[in-house]
Amino acid sequence: MPTAMEIYKLLPKKNCGECKFPTCLAFAMQLANLKVALEACPYVSPEAKAALEESGAPPVRLVTFGAGESAAKTGDETQLFRHDKTFYHPTVLGLVLDCAQGLDKVRAGLDDVKGLVFERVGQQVRVDAVAVKQSVASADVFAEAAEAACSQALPVVLMSEDAKAMAGAAAKCKSRPLLYKATPANIDAMVEVAKSSGCPLVIGGAPNLDELGHLAEKAKKAGVQDIVLEPAASTAAELLQNMTTIRRAAIRKKHRPLGYPTIAVLGRSQSDQLRGALGVMKYSSIVLMDDLPREFVYPLMALRQNIFTDPQVPIQVKPGLYTVGEPTEKSPVMFTTNFSLTYFTVRADIEKSKMPAWLLVVDTEGQSVMTAFAAGKLTPESVAKAIETEKVKEKSKRNEIVIPGMVSRMSGKLNELTEMKVTVGSRESSGIPKMMRTLSQ
Amino acid sequence: MGFDGAKESFPGRIKDVTIGATAEQGGTRGKRVVVGGSNGLPFHKWESEMPHVPAVAMDVVDTERMVPDVLHGTLGALAKEPVEWARKCQEWGADMLVLKLASANPEEENRPVEACEALVKEVLKSVQLPLLVYGCGSEEKDAKLMEAVSNAGRGERLFLGLAEEKAYKSITAAAMANGHGVVAFSNLDINLAKQINILLLDFGMKPENILMDPLMAPLGMGLEYSYSVIERLRTGALVGDPVLQVPIICDCSCAWTVPEVLEEAPQKGPQLQRGVHWESITAEAAMVAGADIVILRHPETVAKVKAATAELRGGA
Ligand code: B12
Ligand code: SF4
Repeated sequence: MPTAMEIYKLLPKKNCGECKFPTCLAFAMQLANLKVALEACPYVSPEAKAALEESGAPPVRLVTFGAGESAAKTGDETQLFRHDKTFYHPTVLGLVLDCAQGLDKVRAGLDDVKGLVFERVGQQVRVDAVAVKQSVASADVFAEAAEAACSQALPVVLMSEDAKAMAGAAAKCKSRPLLYKATPANIDAMVEVAKSSGCPLVIGGAPNLDELGHLAEKAKKAGVQDIVLEPAASTAAELLQNMTTIRRAAIRKKHRPLGYPTIAVLGRSQSDQLRGALGVMKYSSIVLMDDLPREFVYPLMALRQNIFTDPQVPIQVKPGLYTVGEPTEKSPVMFTTNFSLTYFTVRADIEKSKMPAWLLVVDTEGQSVMTAFAAGKLTPESVAKAIETEKVKEKSKRNEIVIPGMVSRMSGKLNELTEMKVTVGSRESSGIPKMMRTLSQ
Repeated sequence: MGFDGAKESFPGRIKDVTIGATAEQGGTRGKRVVVGGSNGLPFHKWESEMPHVPAVAMDVVDTERMVPDVLHGTLGALAKEPVEWARKCQEWGADMLVLKLASANPEEENRPVEACEALVKEVLKSVQLPLLVYGCGSEEKDAKLMEAVSNAGRGERLFLGLAEEKAYKSITAAAMANGHGVVAFSNLDINLAKQINILLLDFGMKPENILMDPLMAPLGMGLEYSYSVIERLRTGALVGDPVLQVPIICDCSCAWTVPEVLEEAPQKGPQLQRGVHWESITAEAAMVAGADIVILRHPETVAKVKAATAELRGGA
């Protein structure tokens, strides 16, 4: 937000009081604190209004492509370091499908992408976009491939530097694809395509960031608001430098021409893979790759989840008594913590045993077993209390509780507090299936 | 409105720390490795100096117990032969070795101090790389163990680990007796990281003999905590806190303990390759946040990480 003084300079300075504040300065102060709306002053000029909206806009513009629930949100970041607050919009990961391989391959690729969905710590993680690339294909094939891609519930990037072909492909898409890309050579024509189709536009091919900013300004003046920047990133060093410089310029200097989300288009080599990971950590809003083998995508998505979690709040589940399978009065009860990673790991291991169980999830404010135990947030008392409030003794009549091996030290006290038999389980939950078989039925 | 490239510079600089000693300094290592020395954020070559790329260490564990099944294909018989294993690491391109004497643990194999000492001597004889030696984590046993290791490696400029807030005196004394360094461990907390360094400095340790290990949590298992702690430690050092101007070492071999690596789950891709990516990404995150040394376990990760550091550092 601009300061009160910056706002004041743009006000009519009539001090007429119609805004219900005695002076324009008083009104400006209220505006700076977001206490009132600009509309309360009937005399602001349209130019002043535009200028104020501009200076109040976020440092990195939010750009959305795709449609409906699957739409991809990029940009709108406010930090250089996640620990200063948080990173908001996880890097959008997409697979590039080249039309040169033929339409059948493109269709098969679309199916592959839809299959790249995983469940991780209770969240669904997926490859969230596809890019259809014209390369040597004809404009007709490109348009047909674009249509096939845009009819899926997936955000799409259309890749061609030929404005005519792009216009044809965009016309086949209702789901607001991202157009890749305008370069110094084709910018005027591409801007027209973006304007007439209402699609966001990637701007790239500039020799340096200054030029890139100029191109973005040019597109903006011509009427394209939703812009994504592609800085040169042919090596990891260049990617890091350019992405960092763009983010800094946008956030620290509020440099508008670079205040947009970014994209990195990578290949399929090992070095591309490490650049993909670098992009997730260092400010690439979108990463497109030619190949996404599962053994790489899965860890990359784990990285994305890690980097984009809120540092103040661990991912957690609601405390309570959960069922695994269909437990009865005879089924065993175990407890764990409400840190998502812990809960889902333990749950998966109980499921592997193929035997039903009650799983008591104790509130540890989202901390793991050992962390919570070391911090005094997982105590015999807190476990006993959870047993009480969740009426565990009514659900299972075994009068026994299995505890994580790492906290064997609490068994005595827990037994004293609950009068339940305390059985120390394995240290790692991977030992649960074996242990379940030895628990008397 | 102009655009000035938004360069940043900092008043602080990480100290150079040298690991290992060649014949010239009274040791027998083939080369020394210098880490640290930068005065900017990691790989920010366009605005700061980064005289050394992060070094790659490989770990050798003296008990099979710590080698998960998924690595049996790679390490195979080596898991029983730490000296052979160490030789292999040299072939695989490691810059240095971390010998973990886990078998000394009284609650496990309880291997006697003399046997561990003999192993250290054997490794030093068989391998030319600079060496770090970690104890078993039992305070009492490590006190004796580290004294013996320190003597066995006289002149070699070893680094001994891990010095912790509650157990640092004997290991630090052992290191100081023979001019070795120590690895200062703390638990994912910048204040604790600072605290252990202060304790070591007060005890008489020179800063150029300290590496700090703020605990690297692996990918998917708390990596984000480590990432941010390392970033904050590094920025703290650069803005001028002298106590934090020490190179950071991150043990990324922890990737091989993650359930998502230890499970066979075909829908997540072939297990071993998934593990190699898991370890490489863990290491890349560590380096991008500020690690000066990463400890790795798989030879393919070593190759990947070396290629990545070369590329990140860029030409010249
Ligand atoms: C990430 C992390 C943190 C994060 C918190 C993450 C979170 N949301 O919990 C942060 C940075 C905040 C943190 C803080 C601390 N931490 Co911490 N932390 C870790 C770390 C690296 C990973 C923990 C983790 O996520 N594990 C993964 C989950 C899945 O493990 P888990 O919950 O234990 O579950 C496993 C088993 O317990 C078992 N299991 C679980 N439930 C059940 C149930 C049954 C029935 C069975 C049979 C088994 C079972 O199966 C699971 C999978 O194997 C560990 C070291 C490590 N590598 O383990 C240290 C660690 C847990 N932390 C530790 C400590 C000491 C602390 C602090 C006290 C230190 C400090 N820095 O001040 C603080 C306390 C926090 C506070 N004051 O509020 C110590 C605990 C030492 C001890 N032996 O008591 C550890 C072990 C590190 C170490 N080696 O010293 N920590
Ligand atoms: S209504 Fe507008 S011109 Fe009148 S005092 Fe308020 S801000 Fe100033």
